[in-house]
Amino acid sequence: MSDVASDVIAIITKKKRVDKPTVELSDRLEDLGLESLDAVEMIFDLEEKFDIEIPYNANTNNPRTEFDTVGDVVKLIQNLVDKKS
Amino acid sequence: MSDVNRVVVTGLGAVTPVGHTAAVYWENLKQGICGIGPITLTQTPEELSQKVAAEVKDFDPLKHFEERELSTLDRVSQLAVVAAREAIAQAAITFDMPLSLRTATIIGTGVGGQTTLDESFRRVYRENRSRVFPLTIPKLMANAPASQISMFCGLRGPAFAVASACASATHAIGLAFHMVRSGQVDCAVTGGTEACITFGTLRGWEAMRVMAPDACRPFSIGRKGLILGEGAAMLVLEPLERARARGVQILGEIVGFGMSADAADLTAPDLGGMTRAMEGALTDGKLNAQDIQYVNAHGTGTAVNDLTETQALHRVFADHAGKLAVSSSKSMVGHALGAAGALELAATLLAVRDSVAPPTIGYLGADPACDLDYVPNKARALTIEAAISNSFAFGGLNAVLAVKKFS
Repeated sequence: MSDVASDVIAIITKKKRVDKPTVELSDRLEDLGLESLDAVEMIFDLEEKFDIEIPYNANTNNPRTEFDTVGDVVKLIQNLVDKKS
Repeated sequence: MSDVNRVVVTGLGAVTPVGHTAAVYWENLKQGICGIGPITLTQTPEELSQKVAAEVKDFDPLKHFEERELSTLDRVSQLAVVAAREAIAQAAITFDMPLSLRTATIIGTGVGGQTTLDESFRRVYRENRSRVFPLTIPKLMANAPASQISMFCGLRGPAFAVASACASATHAIGLAFHMVRSGQVDCAVTGGTEACITFGTLRGWEAMRVMAPDACRPFSIGRKGLILGEGAAMLVLEPLERARARGVQILGEIVGFGMSADAADLTAPDLGGMTRAMEGALTDGKLNAQDIQYVNAHGTGTAVNDLTETQALHRVFADHAGKLAVSSSKSMVGHALGAAGALELAATLLAVRDSVAPPTIGYLGADPACDLDYVPNKARALTIEAAISNSFAFGGLNAVLAVKKFS
């Protein structure tokens, strides 16, 4: 697993609201019980961790539909990190 | 109704992004003038992602205060005192003894002196200066606007600030209304004020991810969120008998006040909480749902507020909901947080007085989930006998006021 993937999983693990011991790339965000404020906090944590800006407006973006799985979030972050370097 | 007072509004003052007096504010609301524009009030606005807000433009404090006085007045208090003076002048009331002792000053604000707070923090943390301005604390405290109005206007009765974020002013006015109605006081100066267009506050709102980049389009398809605003609006409330005895012009009557707490999510709106606050205002005002023709909505322009508020209106008004004219002044003046409820109650009172529903501007078309009549883009003449003004705050605190045409 890449460094980005393990860091993203660590951040999502902190925010999940279901009793599940480990978070996998294939897990669906919806199944992890992330609520809207959780998403905003998670995005902040990801931006801080990777020093990137994630375009996100809670009114027009829905993380549950745009990012089906944890793996989708990893892909987005990896893209933004790659663009930065 | 012999054991309680009827409570009337005899003075109104407003300093807003679309006018520095209540009359100009109202005229511009009816014209659908938008007060949203580039951010100018903060230092280093170019560093912000957010580029627009609804600022009170061209407000020159030296036109209203002496330089010496200004060293004690944050912008939030300046706006408040100017609006209060206008309201008191319109009410043609002088606070001699003993009326001064029997007049309340109840003022809503979300935070207080945010400009002072921001400038002090900038000096200390960004500029590494070791000192801040000596009156930093009494300028920034949340009760500063209430204190300054009491001092400038000579009001010696109960005076304090009410803080419930976006519902602060509505809670303040509701409380003042109940105090006058019960006879606890003989008069009240009440309203709300906010001056929140500061760098740190804007950064905070950016982090919430709820602001629209360009325009506030409540209830519309394609809405992208709220736009921050600022301003102040103040009212003079007094018992009908006193107003009649003084022979002063009566602008309208406040009849009901309802409050509720969601006890649920910190930021997500709650159908039950909104419903209970609206029902509470109607009950308190001895009104039936069918008595209401106009609703000045909370209408922030966020996806979830407007949807949930629409559902709550359906629940409270049932078959009558489709007959309501519902509009959001935030489309023109942005979200002035702790002042919003006062700006909007002023609009509601004048809408009832003049039988004109101000529009929801920036409306691009119907969102299938928001299916009421939002008075899109153009004011409308219609007979309004009674109306409500909604305020629903972060923290799940809701407040609604009901007003009637005075007759």
